[in-house]
Amino acid sequence: MSIPLLSTLIFFPILGGLSLLCVPRQQTATIRTMALLVSLVELLLTLPLVLLFDKSTHVMQFTEHHPWIAALHINYALGIDGISILFLLLTALIIVLSVLVSWEAISDKVPEFFIALLLLEGAMMGVFCATDFFLFYIFWEAMLIPMFLIIGIWGGPNRIYATIKFFLYTLVGSLLMLVGIILLYQHGGHTFDILKLAGQPYSLKLQLILFWAFFAAFAVKVPMWPVHTWLPDAHTEAPAAGSVVLAGVLIKMGAYGFLRFSLPILPDATQQMLLPMLVLSVIAIVYGAIICLAQSDLKRLIAYSSVSHMGFVTLGMFALNQRGLEGAILQMINHGVVTGALFLAVGMIYERTHTREIAAYGGLASTMPVFAGFFLLFTLAAVGLPGTNGFVGEFLILLGGFERQPWTSVVAASGLILGAWYMLWLYQRLFFNEVKEGMRGLTQLNLREILTLAPMVVLIFWIGLYPNALLGFLHVSVGHLLDQVHGVGLAGVALPTGTMLHP
Amino acid sequence: MIDTVAVNWTAVEPILPELLLISIGVLLIGCDLFLPRQRHLLPWLTVVGCVTALAMVLGAQFTTAFGGMFLADGYAMVFKAICLGAVILTTLMSEQFCRVIGLRQGEYYSLLLFSLVGMLLMASAGDLMVLYLGLELMALPIYALVGLHKREQRTSEAAIKYFLMGGFASALLLFGMSLLYGLTGTTEIARIAELIASRQLSANPALLAALGLLLAGCCFKIAAAPFHFWTPDVYEGAPTIVTAFMSVGPKAAGFALFGRVLFLGLPQLHDHWGPILAVLALLTMAVGNITALCQQSLKRMLAYSSIAHAGYALLGLLAGTAEGLAATMTYLVIYLFMNLGAFAILMLLAAPGEPRESLDDCQGLATRHPLAAALMLVFLFSLTGIPPTGGFIGKFYLLKAAFAAGYPLTVVGAVLFSAISAYFYLRVVRIMYMGEPQEVARLSFSPGMAAALGFCLLGVLGLGFFPGLLLDWTMAAFSAL
Repeated sequence: MSIPLLSTLIFFPILGGLSLLCVPRQQTATIRTMALLVSLVELLLTLPLVLLFDKSTHVMQFTEHHPWIAALHINYALGIDGISILFLLLTALIIVLSVLVSWEAISDKVPEFFIALLLLEGAMMGVFCATDFFLFYIFWEAMLIPMFLIIGIWGGPNRIYATIKFFLYTLVGSLLMLVGIILLYQHGGHTFDILKLAGQPYSLKLQLILFWAFFAAFAVKVPMWPVHTWLPDAHTEAPAAGSVVLAGVLIKMGAYGFLRFSLPILPDATQQMLLPMLVLSVIAIVYGAIICLAQSDLKRLIAYSSVSHMGFVTLGMFALNQRGLEGAILQMINHGVVTGALFLAVGMIYERTHTREIAAYGGLASTMPVFAGFFLLFTLAAVGLPGTNGFVGEFLILLGGFERQPWTSVVAASGLILGAWYMLWLYQRLFFNEVKEGMRGLTQLNLREILTLAPMVVLIFWIGLYPNALLGFLHVSVGHLLDQVHGVGLAGVALPTGTMLHP
Repeated sequence: MIDTVAVNWTAVEPILPELLLISIGVLLIGCDLFLPRQRHLLPWLTVVGCVTALAMVLGAQFTTAFGGMFLADGYAMVFKAICLGAVILTTLMSEQFCRVIGLRQGEYYSLLLFSLVGMLLMASAGDLMVLYLGLELMALPIYALVGLHKREQRTSEAAIKYFLMGGFASALLLFGMSLLYGLTGTTEIARIAELIASRQLSANPALLAALGLLLAGCCFKIAAAPFHFWTPDVYEGAPTIVTAFMSVGPKAAGFALFGRVLFLGLPQLHDHWGPILAVLALLTMAVGNITALCQQSLKRMLAYSSIAHAGYALLGLLAGTAEGLAATMTYLVIYLFMNLGAFAILMLLAAPGEPRESLDDCQGLATRHPLAAALMLVFLFSLTGIPPTGGFIGKFYLLKAAFAAGYPLTVVGAVLFSAISAYFYLRVVRIMYMGEPQEVARLSFSPGMAAALGFCLLGVLGLGFFPGLLLDWTMAAFSAL
């Protein structure tokens, strides 16, 4: 490839964001339009990746490699495989929708908001493209700055508490990972190249230390139980666009980190820590779901449902078989789409009612029928109704979990039941019953809002009915990842038989 | 008829930058006395002199002059560049700030230059005598600078406090040096190391006492805990511009002295000073970061933050490796830009008659002046150590060096304190961006201030994106030693 596509993906939004500085502050309409254009072009830029991507190989594609800090063997190395490409698409899409949903919701410090959003996009793209651990860390941490500002400046009443909590949680986790990275560098032949770091014979003790160091960063980001407590606050207080990005992309990065680093580089430790990870996942599923039942705040409820859904993701991931892993990755995309859509919808209704209290709502189905239709669809997808995308991912994960440890799937399945309970109950309280005061005379969705939600509807059905469109990208890369985990791991750790399931 | 004595001018060549600065310092006094109408030219004359000196330092041949008393090596070059950079940036900021708070500018610049010459000597010292001479030459003008703002009471208090504490520290250092001299019979630093090795003095209690005294004296100079108690008061009391300068220049010179004594003079004692410094570094970070958490004055908070940063910089020193020392130098370069940048914003806030140094004074700065707030944001994130700013790169090198040298627990501690520090830096960001503006005070940038801020921003971001250049430079500087 002569055109550095991945670098373009990373730096186009950054430069596009900075170009907003040239527009006078007062011309908010121009700024919004420019931001939308930048994000749309970015979405278009991901198309060549999809079209040119070779699904039959696990090696990194579209690679770029330039020495960056030669003295420490740090390279500016980019590349994507089947695991990361889907996240690039998701990120680009989510940002477009975030720009759209912020169109009128953000009226204060408009240029700063869109600059932060676009810088965030560039950093997120970088996280998914980096194949150098140091570079990955740079993007990983750089993301914190715009997100901190987005929650803290444009968020709800309790935003400052929420954003500082978010920042400190993630920072502590990341810094421990940084120590782990340095340790790995010392023992892994003085390189940060993740392809070279994988497959080296590290001692089990070292692997375990590293596993927990990385766990500190990734588990906070996922978030896994019990380090999830920043998420409800951050989600609740963030502006709609912030919640969408958080739910849609940011928390996927934790799981992506496990897939990209912990699993291939530390196979023995992964095998050893399988059981604790599965237990934590199952707790997150059930705990998150039960907490949802007790929520009176709309956004908080969806936030806790994220904890539960991400529990499914980590469950599938640590099932360590083809179905579980593919299900986990698919479920990450699904969760990004569905929860992203739910937050978009909540953002739209919040703009009209300015309350997040579930008790204040009621009877919206008669006052805002179009909105009710959209929300119903998202609810059903979140519940995992067959035909929607949520079903495919959860089904694969449960299959994978059952093959690994049957009891995990049995307990996790109860999360599905609880999920149906809290989501349908939420729908009932919002849309049915008698029409509450203040719910009358709300304006219908306008064209911009319908266009914001429509792509999500398409995705929900498309993935639900034809999941192979996405799974096709995954097969080979996931198979290779499993080879890495099991290939080395089998020698050291005894595995239950019948776990090698990939074709 | 007097015979002309042939002076070997080439011998003077290595100290030309120092001589140039001294003559400019004298010239400044003259200009101040005889051309009072042209005072506005003083800062520019200072800057031109320093830039010339910087060019001379960077272009100089590595030599040893005056029989090993003066070392013009890579190590000296890096530290000289840092000190010169500190003075250049400070001078650029000075004009506006001194005008606002009504500080007399005349002797200010010449004091700054004399102090600078002291720092340069410290960086180049190959002999304990030159080292001490440089130290005093650096310190005396600063005592005066701290107390320059006569009308303000806390300034005088700060000056007295700094003078007494500084004198005490110098005495400790001197005592340590005299013990070294007594044991080895020489004041040449490199020779001391040889003699310690050949006479197997490493376990000599007197040598250990000397080490202890030297460590204490050096820690005073770089404001490391538990010898930091003077710092907050002095930093708060001094005019902000002097505080900014003191938190960077003399601190870097202190590190130059520290590194020279430990690496060149006492490498055999690394088993002793390594762990001691590890404890001191952790203590310094703890004191700096935790005390900064509860400050209401932004200036005082930055003072504590500069204590904490001395703790980070110690990480490279305690490693006792070339890599570690290079990391410390790199960090000090980056710290120069980010700390001076943060202080520059603090100075921008000041108005005639109102110091405006508290956290509340930056309330809503983002609304009042988005550019200043954005700059402060970058500097604060850099001080926290968040990529892609230079602060992260610097911290990363330090952590890596200390880790490689076998201090993993110290590294974990440093990392945790760095997370704690995020809280108080973020508090400023929060107040700037998330608070409501209370008053509409106009901020103005003088050309010098704008240039200084530009350099700081360039330094912080440029070194964040292209850190390789700086690391190569410092590593090369050290390998040439």
